Amino acid sequence: MNVKLNNPDKGLDPEIIRADFPILSRKVHNKPLVYFDNAATTQKPQAVIDALVGYYTGINSNVHRGVHYLSQQATIAFEEVRGEIQHFVNAKFSHEIIYTRGCTEAINLVAASWGKVNVGKGDEILISGMEHHSNIVPWQMLCEEKGAVLKVCPLHPDGSLDMEAYSTMLGEKTRLVAITHISNTLGTINPVKEITRLAHEKGIAVLIDGAQALSHMKVDVQDIGCEFYAFSAHKVYGPMGIGALYGKEDVLNAMPPYQGGGEMIKSVTFEKTLYNELPFKFEAGTPNVGDVIGFGAALDYISAIGIERIAAWEQELLRYATEKLSADPTIRIIGTAPEKASLISFLIEGIHPFDAGTIIDHMGVAVRTGTHCTQPLMDGLGISGTIRASFAFYNTKQEIDRLMEAIEKVKEFFL
Amino acid sequence: MKIEETTSAIVSEFESFDDWMDKYNYLIELGKSLPLIDEKYKVEANLIQGCQSRVWLHAGFDGSLVHFTADSDAVITKGIANLLIRAFSGHTPQEILDSSTEFLKEIGLTEHLSPTRSNGMLSMIKQIKMYALAFKTKAAMGN
Repeated sequence: MNVKLNNPDKGLDPEIIRADFPILSRKVHNKPLVYFDNAATTQKPQAVIDALVGYYTGINSNVHRGVHYLSQQATIAFEEVRGEIQHFVNAKFSHEIIYTRGCTEAINLVAASWGKVNVGKGDEILISGMEHHSNIVPWQMLCEEKGAVLKVCPLHPDGSLDMEAYSTMLGEKTRLVAITHISNTLGTINPVKEITRLAHEKGIAVLIDGAQALSHMKVDVQDIGCEFYAFSAHKVYGPMGIGALYGKEDVLNAMPPYQGGGEMIKSVTFEKTLYNELPFKFEAGTPNVGDVIGFGAALDYISAIGIERIAAWEQELLRYATEKLSADPTIRIIGTAPEKASLISFLIEGIHPFDAGTIIDHMGVAVRTGTHCTQPLMDGLGISGTIRASFAFYNTKQEIDRLMEAIEKVKEFFL
Repeated sequence: MKIEETTSAIVSEFESFDDWMDKYNYLIELGKSLPLIDEKYKVEANLIQGCQSRVWLHAGFDGSLVHFTADSDAVITKGIANLLIRAFSGHTPQEILDSSTEFLKEIGLTEHLSPTRSNGMLSMIKQIKMYALAFKTKAAMGN
């Protein structure tokens, strides 16, 4: 990888980074690709692609049970990544990291397992108005099943969380707070440590949806103090189909298993099954070993560059894009919270996001248009969707200029 | 004019365009010139599910022919609706059910044919065919 060419004391040079991501050199619609849909999924560095190929070429075998050489190698690699994830998010123990299919499954695991024994009739679950459907629907399903109530904390007009309202909504009946670390639509970075502190004052558990956060900032689950933190590999330059749930050891131990099957058991008779210890209790069936290895490679890659340097460059891209978009009076930025990750939702006056997105795509710029899986947020803002440009550390200011050119082209078409 | 004649005329029109910009300019023109739908038909019940933009499609049946009107809040989507109405409106339910939608591939609007949530075209075609089926059934029961 080219990472070593970067001087760690200096800022990040995206041109060097870009060489590590083969897809970035391709063309779409006969134009060099500008990839600004990083909040949906990030591209993969060669190191991750090599790790996946290396796994299937060299050590593919089932983990934990085999005494043969390959199985042991696969198991070592598989468990090493667990430790890597532990350190990446600063969990206390590696067995507090449960592999899942992704962030969505991690949230569903908590809803199904923790919710089963901790939520009852009349209890409340508090989410926010900026949640992704993944952090709404599992709780709605749980509430429906249990006769519990889903409460929604409102936002300020700039897209930041109304912390005053939040404090007052933490009540006697609140069992869980489930809030996103970073809004995938507005970019708002929520004060998750403060959110957790206030909830804990009242003995309420906290789940943070970290899907958007891990790639943009240093995440420290012990510092945040939350009971649960959910995330996906594919939004952190790793493969799709793998993610993890961080849970505090004592909380996880007190939870019933999520799914039944192999791996999660200690002993099985037809009369009684003894469940395995953490983390295996929650990992029924043959796990996605190859993608775990790929996830590990992605974290290695990011760690080698340094999350602080990544964050610094992404903030510079955000600043540059905000400046450019703000200079255009026909553009309205949706989400102007003081603390934002490197994504911008916007509208071009008089032009439907779908129309704009179609033309922008033909200009070789990949943006996302629509509701971004946050329909209730869109309804709350009174809009039908936005155009969203989300930046990663391999993006450049020249690419933002390409977006601005594409926006000019959109206006030529529609205005 | 038969549906196939209309659709091959549409294909010829699109073949004359040199690049994507001409094609989209034409679609946008078609969108802007789509005959207005009666406001009373712009209701929830006529909204097509599965579109990133909102699309209202209304179908009327005079006993032998089906007539469509549509609207959307996105211009490109309106342009596509215009093409579909031109092809399918004013035909019998059976003609609509028997017709092919291959012409949409031929005019190179494939990005609108992919089965993603953003696409309106497939949902519109599905709805047009469903109306045709419903009217066919209605007509058969009436006899």
